[in-house]
Amino acid sequence: MSVLTNQAAGAAEVTAEKRVKPPRPPRKMKSFYPSWFYIPAAALFIVFFAVPTFASFYFSLTRWTLFDVTFIGFDNFVQFFQEQQLLQGFINTFVYGIVTSAAKVVLGLALAILLTSQIIARGYLRSVVFFPVLVSTIGVGLTFKVLLDPFDGVVNGALAAFGIDGPGWLTDPNMALLTVAGVDIWKGVGIATLIFIAGIVAIPQDYFEAARMDGAGAWKIFTSITLPLSRPAMGTVVILSLIGGLRSFDLIWAMTKGGPGFTSDVIASVIYKQYQAGFFGLSTAGNVVLFIVVTAIMIPVSRLLNGKGDES
Amino acid sequence: MRAVKIRSTVVGLVAILLSVIVFLVPFAFIVLTAAKTPKDAAALGFTWPKEFAFFDNLVTVLTTRDGMIVRAFFNSAILTIASVAIMVVFASMVGYVLQRKRSRINGVINFFVLAGLIVPPAVVPTIWVLQGLELFKTLPGLILVEATFGLSFCVLLFRAFVASIPKELDEAAVIDGAGPIRLFFTVILPLLRPVIVTVIVVQAVAVFNDFTNPLYFLPGDENATVQLTLYNFLGSTTSASQNNLMFMDILLITIPPLVMYIFFNRQIVAGMTSGAIKG
Repeated sequence: MSVLTNQAAGAAEVTAEKRVKPPRPPRKMKSFYPSWFYIPAAALFIVFFAVPTFASFYFSLTRWTLFDVTFIGFDNFVQFFQEQQLLQGFINTFVYGIVTSAAKVVLGLALAILLTSQIIARGYLRSVVFFPVLVSTIGVGLTFKVLLDPFDGVVNGALAAFGIDGPGWLTDPNMALLTVAGVDIWKGVGIATLIFIAGIVAIPQDYFEAARMDGAGAWKIFTSITLPLSRPAMGTVVILSLIGGLRSFDLIWAMTKGGPGFTSDVIASVIYKQYQAGFFGLSTAGNVVLFIVVTAIMIPVSRLLNGKGDES
Repeated sequence: MRAVKIRSTVVGLVAILLSVIVFLVPFAFIVLTAAKTPKDAAALGFTWPKEFAFFDNLVTVLTTRDGMIVRAFFNSAILTIASVAIMVVFASMVGYVLQRKRSRINGVINFFVLAGLIVPPAVVPTIWVLQGLELFKTLPGLILVEATFGLSFCVLLFRAFVASIPKELDEAAVIDGAGPIRLFFTVILPLLRPVIVTVIVVQAVAVFNDFTNPLYFLPGDENATVQLTLYNFLGSTTSASQNNLMFMDILLITIPPLVMYIFFNRQIVAGMTSGAIKG
């Protein structure tokens, strides 16, 4: 009985509430978030990003010079994969992207663990590791080009002091690409470290304490607590460094211009070279290839990284 | 306990030593070479300058090509301020509505935001669009391009931050009679200050340091940006005898990001690590 009256009272309350303040249901509130707020950004995005991207699919199928555009089908792509120097750039893009992002993950995680542990001068070390991120890429490239000079460079000079005959870092065709990748890692490891630090700091301290109580060693703590719980950070680092690495242009251009020969060319530098040479169609085909490479790698990678943890 | 302390000190000292070799030597090298005479700098050594020519080099760099670098600093300042201002206003509007309003187009917009983050811009077609709008080789054109390419990242930051502002605040403002525009610009926008500072600092450094987009969309000496002034040293014709000037140039264009870092260390870190905790 009393339940019934309560229910009735409740229903009465609801209707009363409805009657008292009708003009505030959520539907009304929605109109205070106007959709036209999207328009300024959307206009920029469409004009300077979407239109060029869609146009690139058409222009990649043309012979395009300053003067005219002729439709030639897939010839540009055929050329792209037949000419040794263009193909080399295609392969190098994968090598460069994978090497840099793998190294940034490993080194970044190692540095982050070091810099979240109890060591002296932690603040200094954090700043010094991060600072190269903010320096101009071209400046870094030119500086290391001088430091890595095969004859008079500081690096080989230091190696010679230990009796090691330093290689021609940027002049040896087998080494140039990996040397540039090394400098890229030097410049970018700071941001990976920072992201990992943020991830590790967010792990509740109780977990570490509990593990230590149970007698877990440093390695055990790393594999069963730090590593699995910094997975979101890991995902961010992998995605950011892959996006950056696959598109990388300025560091390579500053240090080798794709040389010696075309051994350190990547797709992005091929795009620039073909553009400079006036082959706009071929250059745009390079852009489309880069687009396909980046999406083909990024979609499965981000699926894999976000899927298993199921965070978002 | 004492053993742990000793070990942490030893590890710390080793880390400091390594950090000096790996990270500080290259910067010291830049500064030292910028202070050398041409002959001294051409030797490429990591040595103390035999003769200090710091001031001479500074004057030479500032006056070459009719003060190209001064003009470049001016251009870069306008480029950075204008494009970052556009990013902040446009992206905050998108991030705000995207977070607040549930609607069918949200999925589409999220897709485009991610696409903008991942897809590499198509270079020559962008030039083609700029030419059609008569914006190619103009500073306004480059400003709009830089703003567009930065939008996605900013939208993500704004959307995440708007989620932390209680919706009741909007309702209160609406009951007090605020319209949609007043609600956003006088109630929400001021509350976004922390994330706005982060966006400004991170994007300002990115735009200021950008080399690729000015190279493509704003070629030519008369409206060079600071990164393009280094381009002259990229040519194969330049010899090692200009090293001192090159490193002076590098030093000069490193100062603005350095100043940003000193003053906004925390915001930069916040911006760069956003998303590290929540995927």
